[in-house]
Amino acid sequence: MIGSLSHRTLLQPRSLTDALKMLRDEGPLVPLAGCTDLYVSLNFGTLKGTRFLNLWGLAGLKDISVRGDVLSIGALATHTDLIRSPLVQKRIPMLAAAAREVGGVQIQNRGTLGGNVANASPAGDTLPVLAAADAVVVLRSAAETRRVPFTTFYTGYRQSVRRLDELIVGFEIPAIHGRQWFRKVGTRAAQAISKVVIAGVAPAGRAGSVRVALGSVAPTVVRATRTEAALAGGATIGDAQRTLLEEIAPIDDIRSTSEYRRRVAANLLARFWADAHRK
Amino acid sequence: MKSAGVTSLATAVTTATVAQAQTGPRLVGPGDVPVTLMVNGKRLELKIEPRVTLLDAIRNRADLTGNKRVCDRGTCGACTMIVDGRTVYSCSTLAIEVQGKQIRTVDGLASANGAMHPVQQAFCDTDGLMCGFCTPGFVVATVAVLEKHPNATRDQISKGLDGNICRCGTFVRIMEAAMKARTVARG
Repeated sequence: MIGSLSHRTLLQPRSLTDALKMLRDEGPLVPLAGCTDLYVSLNFGTLKGTRFLNLWGLAGLKDISVRGDVLSIGALATHTDLIRSPLVQKRIPMLAAAAREVGGVQIQNRGTLGGNVANASPAGDTLPVLAAADAVVVLRSAAETRRVPFTTFYTGYRQSVRRLDELIVGFEIPAIHGRQWFRKVGTRAAQAISKVVIAGVAPAGRAGSVRVALGSVAPTVVRATRTEAALAGGATIGDAQRTLLEEIAPIDDIRSTSEYRRRVAANLLARFWADAHRK
Repeated sequence: MKSAGVTSLATAVTTATVAQAQTGPRLVGPGDVPVTLMVNGKRLELKIEPRVTLLDAIRNRADLTGNKRVCDRGTCGACTMIVDGRTVYSCSTLAIEVQGKQIRTVDGLASANGAMHPVQQAFCDTDGLMCGFCTPGFVVATVAVLEKHPNATRDQISKGLDGNICRCGTFVRIMEAAMKARTVARG
């Protein structure tokens, strides 16, 4: 219940610059946008913050555009925006596939890519995609803009390099060569948090390199670089699976068991590699 | 980002959102603040705390109790409303941030003379409910799907309703109702 929380305040910035000044001068603030994760923790009583920064109205942060060879996606692009964007469909279809499997339509209409990343759950559906895409997180504070490779963004369970005075303003995704692949395994097709989620890129002809990233199998999203090297080096799928199992560390929790996740992760790797070689 | 602000693609709707974000007070709460909502075509002027959800504002302050508060954490879909043409969980949406938008709830579906919306009628005709708690959300989500796809396929309906859950397990009848309402709506 959220009945007795009348000490909470909401800051309503008029622009991104305004929001960044508020973070610098009036923090600590909890940024909010679609609220699809925030309201769950608020209702569970696990949210410590009392001062909130409302980003939802900052329309400029929803833009999806291409500059040169780089796809830029604003942090406030919703999952529905990603699904409908021709640029996303063309350049990073695995992201559209992931967005389609987030929650249900109502969540997709409100949940944002920036929020999925900022929430920092190891089960976030878009995270393996961003890891496999070699995405760059664009962080901005009143003083500076920082670009952090997505694979170094998280430092531990629900921990990231984002400072309290910074906002995730967007993502930059270089061109991806090769075949993209995404699978989510959950309790049901919609409205389920993933037990194992995986994104992969397989070289097509001479273009591209092998990339494999998984979620829900460790404290943070895992880019399985040794498994990638094994597959690229012509290892058997059995050897690649054994390498993968050394790279992940799933736990038993409310959604699944470690053993199930290990078997499913290995099976998904085999499926990815088989699909990659199908004509 | 360099492009922050209104882009060339901005529609009247986004312009309005930006304008609103620029004119409202910068700090709201704690305590009640004025919030104006357009619900089912009527203007509602409320004094509520900024943390109040759209669902609670509409149910508890405006006394429109059609949409139910069930899970209250964005999981079940019983609170589904349509905001500017898109379905949202009103339990996970702040009332204060949907000012200036067109909000539709299950309460506004029937005509003024009391005749049910074709989707509501179809749910009755096919017996598409048991306990009925999820029904308002399912009805609203079905309306949203059929407005978007008047000739919706089973797949489109199933996708459009996948954020709603019925614990009684009436999904087969709900699908039947949606398919039937589609025919009715088409005339």
